[in-house]
Amino acid sequence: MSSQTELYEAGEGPEAAWHASGTPWLTSLDVLESEAIHIIREVVAEFDRPALLFSGGKDSVVMLHLATKAFWPGRVPFPVVHVDTGHNFPEVIAFRDRTVERLGLRLVVGRVQDHIDSGELAERADGTRNPLQTAPLLEAIRVNKFDAVFGGGRRDEDKARAKERILSLRDEFGQWDPRNQRPELWNLYNGRHTVGQHVRAFPISNWTELDIWRYIEREGIELPGLYYAHEREVYARDGMWRAVGDVSAPTPGETVLVKTVRYRTVGDMSCTGAVESTAATVAEVVREVAASTITERGATRADDRISEAAMEDRKKDGYF
Amino acid sequence: MSTSTQTLVSELGARPYGYPAERHEGGERVGTLFRFATAGSVDDGKSTLVGRLLHDSKAILADQLESVTRTSAERGFGGGEPGSVPAGQQIDLALLTDGLRAEREQGITIDVAYRYFATDRRSFILADCPGHVQYTKNTVTGASTADAVVVLIDARKGVLEQTRRHLCVLRLLRVPHVLVAVNKIDLVDYSAEVFTAIAEDIRKVSAQLGLADVQVVPVSALAGDNVVGRSARTPWYSGPSLLQILQTLPSTDELERGQEPFRFPVQLVIRPQGALAPELVAGPAGTGDAGPDTFRDYRAYAGQLASGSVALGDRVTVLPSGRQTSVVGIDFAGSELQRAVAPQSVSLRLADEIDIARGDLIAAAGTFSAPAQDLSAQLCWLSPKPLREGAKVLVKHGSRTVQALVRAVTGRLDLATFQEQPASGLELNDIGSVQIRLASVLPVEDYAAHRRTGAFLVIDPADGNTLAAGLVKSHPGDPEGERYAI
Repeated sequence: MSSQTELYEAGEGPEAAWHASGTPWLTSLDVLESEAIHIIREVVAEFDRPALLFSGGKDSVVMLHLATKAFWPGRVPFPVVHVDTGHNFPEVIAFRDRTVERLGLRLVVGRVQDHIDSGELAERADGTRNPLQTAPLLEAIRVNKFDAVFGGGRRDEDKARAKERILSLRDEFGQWDPRNQRPELWNLYNGRHTVGQHVRAFPISNWTELDIWRYIEREGIELPGLYYAHEREVYARDGMWRAVGDVSAPTPGETVLVKTVRYRTVGDMSCTGAVESTAATVAEVVREVAASTITERGATRADDRISEAAMEDRKKDGYF
Repeated sequence: MSTSTQTLVSELGARPYGYPAERHEGGERVGTLFRFATAGSVDDGKSTLVGRLLHDSKAILADQLESVTRTSAERGFGGGEPGSVPAGQQIDLALLTDGLRAEREQGITIDVAYRYFATDRRSFILADCPGHVQYTKNTVTGASTADAVVVLIDARKGVLEQTRRHLCVLRLLRVPHVLVAVNKIDLVDYSAEVFTAIAEDIRKVSAQLGLADVQVVPVSALAGDNVVGRSARTPWYSGPSLLQILQTLPSTDELERGQEPFRFPVQLVIRPQGALAPELVAGPAGTGDAGPDTFRDYRAYAGQLASGSVALGDRVTVLPSGRQTSVVGIDFAGSELQRAVAPQSVSLRLADEIDIARGDLIAAAGTFSAPAQDLSAQLCWLSPKPLREGAKVLVKHGSRTVQALVRAVTGRLDLATFQEQPASGLELNDIGSVQIRLASVLPVEDYAAHRRTGAFLVIDPADGNTLAAGLVKSHPGDPEGERYAI
């Protein structure tokens, strides 16, 4: 940023004149970054106990990076929350712990397993634990008295998310009421809430998957290695490649192969699929995403394929 | 053909306002950001138009298309009456934009939905505003952040009362560019006469409202005419397609950057003291010139430029105190900038120790008249709970929220005639004029001249819900105001 003009091509005509004036010229990424930082600062200013959902997935890593920029040279002034399905990729948990350590953050973990052990939740027949994250999330919010929770949700991900506000009011049960949302005007965010209510804040609502990757590339942000092409033992199920692991074993008849793959999303290992890819660097991933003909959730999330309204139903129940 | 359809033609291909169209980043071209909204009802084919824009600009990916194709087939689309759907049109484009289960079940659109697509020059954020129910609420919401709004008209029906209402709201909110898409031009046999008559009606309404920049384009969302590319079926129309116009219009920030004065609502005071970022406590490796001492007395004001630009050394006035100082540092995450422009988020360091807190406004010195405690404003009432005179509310302006009293409702705007009628209260979707008394002064400006500092929210103190969008019309200024006119 300090030598922004170096990024410009030396040219002629209006571009050259513009650069010569020394005025910063803002790309879509600059504007999205600025919008996100504005929202993060508003929430920190107006709420008593904010927290950030941090899974080690790329969107939450970008969120945390934006938070470090928003409060520089101060530290990030809120804890991070991880809802642990127990079905984790080990390298993602290692990355999570390393990041928390590096930034000096407090980590709050809500465990799906605890709620299964207590009998409050039951394991699903299909084995996926993504839909079970709501209970530990709401408990973490209640126990820690969080009044605002940052999430990395993006409106391009899903039809229901396309209609959710940047500041989304949730009731005592964490429920989202899509028919009764506050209008969001200009850049004036209304975070008023009563006792028991809390707000989910989505500062990167307006980013697309490609924006996320271009930003990761521009800022040199580190991600867990499984976002880049690597060799892995996989088997085919539901038209996607599943990793062989403790919670995602192949059934007899499913053939295990070694493939060069990468992940477009990172979630419950038992329902997150890999895509065949040779994109081993961030630049290669940017090119691959730009050329992709399938959405990231369609490509890699079994839980979003359950029905057309899968995300809508989970959000109404208090999901992210 | 009306002149308004041609005004942009000569500019196409050129880069208006001296802006480079894109910048290289990591070997790729990254364009600018442009926000626009669509206004119109389902009957005007709005969902189809949005679907067409997304589809033809390749923003719809294979799995989404597959899902829509499947649903279209289930509903018999493509196999319906011969002639109703052009050859090759096998899907219901409207399904691409209907988001929620309730909407699909009822065939309606409940709420503003946001869509994203990009061309090689620009990234677009599209606020898709339903028109049937609560059109004022949705149009106001979508238009408040829009650089342009596309208003749909059915070519068979022409300018209706709803069109006049939409244009009136857009004028009120000062949307910089308005595009009128005369849709279903295929259903009037691509008639130049029909289009010319509608364009002339639009011109008259625009003149009556004082809407300056209005473009009228003949389109067929269903057949794809003049949406993304120019159509050969409208040879009498020499103007650009909708997307061509959207690609070249300057965004609000680009348009105002050089003209609007610097305004900066303070969000937070950044004073890290003991809570330095860990990497700064250690000091960057090998430099030895940073460390905890470097930031011991660090104090900066974090915010986003609402308008204008600021450079090192600029004189500024802090409101409402009226104290003057100058800018000695513009920080952004470890980088020192020479200049910042709207809408950048930065932190400002100032020369003098002045008591500044969240809610204050930093403005270019000599450009701000006076903060106000009384103001007259227009309210777009967005709540089912009606407004009565004497209501106690909260007003959120910039980064400050204060208590307020609605002393009087002085009129309600008739959107069909653009005349104000006497009124003593406002109902959902009404737009009216009010007199407001604030519990403490706010650095408000007239919305007509300064959108960001002229806008406010009206909030219900009981349940925290947003009641209205407020636009400052005028404010007498407080008696001590003279000292700010520097």
